[in-house]
Amino acid sequence: MDIHEVPQDSLHYKGRDQLKKLMYAVDKEGHYTGISSVGWEAENEATKQAWDAVEEELQHTKTLVLNGKLSPIAYFMRLKLMDVGLLASYVGKWKWQVKRHLNPKVFKHINSKTLTRYADLFGISVSDLVNFEKK
Amino acid sequence: MEQKHFIHHQHAHCESGVTSNLLMHEGIHLSEPLAFGIGAGIFFAHLPFVKVSGVPGTTFRTWPGAIFKRVAQRLNIGVHTEKFRSPQKAMLALDKVLQTGKPVGMLSSVYFLPYLPEAFRFHFNAHNLIIYGKQDNQYSVSDPVLENQTHIAPEDLAKARFAKGMPEPRGFMYYITNIPSKIDFPKAIQQGIKQTCFFMLSPPLPWFGNRAIGFLAEKIKYYPSKLTPRKASLYLGNIIRMQEEIGTGGAGFRYLYAAFLQEAGEMLHRDDLKLMSQELTTIGDDWRNFAYHAARQMKARQSDLVSFDELSALLKQCGMKERDFFQRLQKVKW
Repeated sequence: MDIHEVPQDSLHYKGRDQLKKLMYAVDKEGHYTGISSVGWEAENEATKQAWDAVEEELQHTKTLVLNGKLSPIAYFMRLKLMDVGLLASYVGKWKWQVKRHLNPKVFKHINSKTLTRYADLFGISVSDLVNFEKK
Repeated sequence: MEQKHFIHHQHAHCESGVTSNLLMHEGIHLSEPLAFGIGAGIFFAHLPFVKVSGVPGTTFRTWPGAIFKRVAQRLNIGVHTEKFRSPQKAMLALDKVLQTGKPVGMLSSVYFLPYLPEAFRFHFNAHNLIIYGKQDNQYSVSDPVLENQTHIAPEDLAKARFAKGMPEPRGFMYYITNIPSKIDFPKAIQQGIKQTCFFMLSPPLPWFGNRAIGFLAEKIKYYPSKLTPRKASLYLGNIIRMQEEIGTGGAGFRYLYAAFLQEAGEMLHRDDLKLMSQELTTIGDDWRNFAYHAARQMKARQSDLVSFDELSALLKQCGMKERDFFQRLQKVKW
C-alpha cells in the first residue's frame, strides 16, 4: 500500500476516532514507513456491526427478562459483554450453576452471598439486580 | 539510582511494539518490524470449533507471549518473566521492579483499560503494555497502540492483569535483566524467517498455517447456504476485524512483515529479501481488497451466492500466492 492510499475514514462511534493507529505503507522510493491512520471504512463497518450485534442481543435479552423468561443476571451478563463461561469464571461458579441462575425460578432462591457476588461483579447493588423488572 | 527517562514510541501491534520499546530503553535499536520478524509473529489460523462469542476464531498472528520470548532468545537477552496467584502479590512485585527504574511489560485485558476508546473494549485478554513508573498513585503506561503515554489507576490495572477467560493473563509480567555485549542480528533474522516459513507451511492440520487460508475460503463459500444472513455477516465481520481492526499495521500483519523483510534486506545487503518484501506488499494489497469486498457483503446482509463465491475465490488466491511466497522464502540461501 502506498502512503497516499492509507485511508483516513473516521468513525464517530464509541470514541473510535479518538485513536489514531499506526499503519505500515510504502513511500515514493519504495521504503516502508509508519503512517498514522484514523481508520478505514471496511474496518469501521466491521467494528460497528460487532457493536450492533451486542446491542441487538442486549435488547432481546431485556425483553426476555421483562417477560419473565430469563433472570436479570442474563441482562447484566450481556451488558458486560460476557457469555456464560466467562461469567462463571468471574463469579467462581461452574458453568451449569450460572446457567441455572439464568432461570427466573431458580433466581428467586439464590442466597444473598451469591447475589452479592454477581452484583459486585456487575458494579450494581443487590436490590438493583433483584428488582430489575420494577424499574 | 538514576532513573533513565522512558521514551514512548507508537507502534502498530502491541506485542512487537512492547518488545521494541523495552529494547530501545536498554539502548538496543530494534524497530517494530525487526521485532515482529525475529519473533516470527506472522501466522494464520482458523478454528471453527473455538467460538468467541458465537463466532469461529480467526487469527493472523502467533500466540501471545511468543514474540517477546523468541526475540529475547534469539538476541541472547536475559529476561525475567513471572505469573502470580493473587493481584496483591502481582501489584507488589510490579512496584518492586519499578523502584529499580526498570520498565515492565505485561499482559492485560483491553476490557479493563479505561484509557482506550470504548469501541475497542471487548474481552480480549492478550494485550501487551508497559508500565514504566508510578506517580500520585497512578501508574504511567506506555501502550504501544497509543500515540502518547497515559495513566491508569491501580485498581483498573489489577483488574486488567487478572481478567478471566481465554487466555488468562494471571498477572503475567516481564522485564529485561541482562543485555549481551554483542548482538548477532543476521543469525536472529535468519532464525525468525526459518521459523515463520516452518509454521506457515508445515502444519499437517487444516486449521493452522497457510493451509487454513484455503480452509477458510472453502468455508466462506458455504456461508450463505449453511448460515442465516445475520450469522454469515457476523462471521465475515469478525474476519475483517481480526485482519484490520486490532493493531495489525494493515492487511493482517502482511505490511508489517514486508517492512521487516525490507529492513532485513538492507541490514544484510540482500536484494532478494528486498524483492520478496515488494512481493508481499502486493499480496497485502490483495488481502485489503478481500477485506473491502467482505465489508460490502457484510453490510448488504444478503444471501447472494455469487458474492460469497467471489469472496472465497479472492481469499483462496491470497492463500495460494502466499504458499508460493513462503515456499520460496524458505529456500533462500543463507
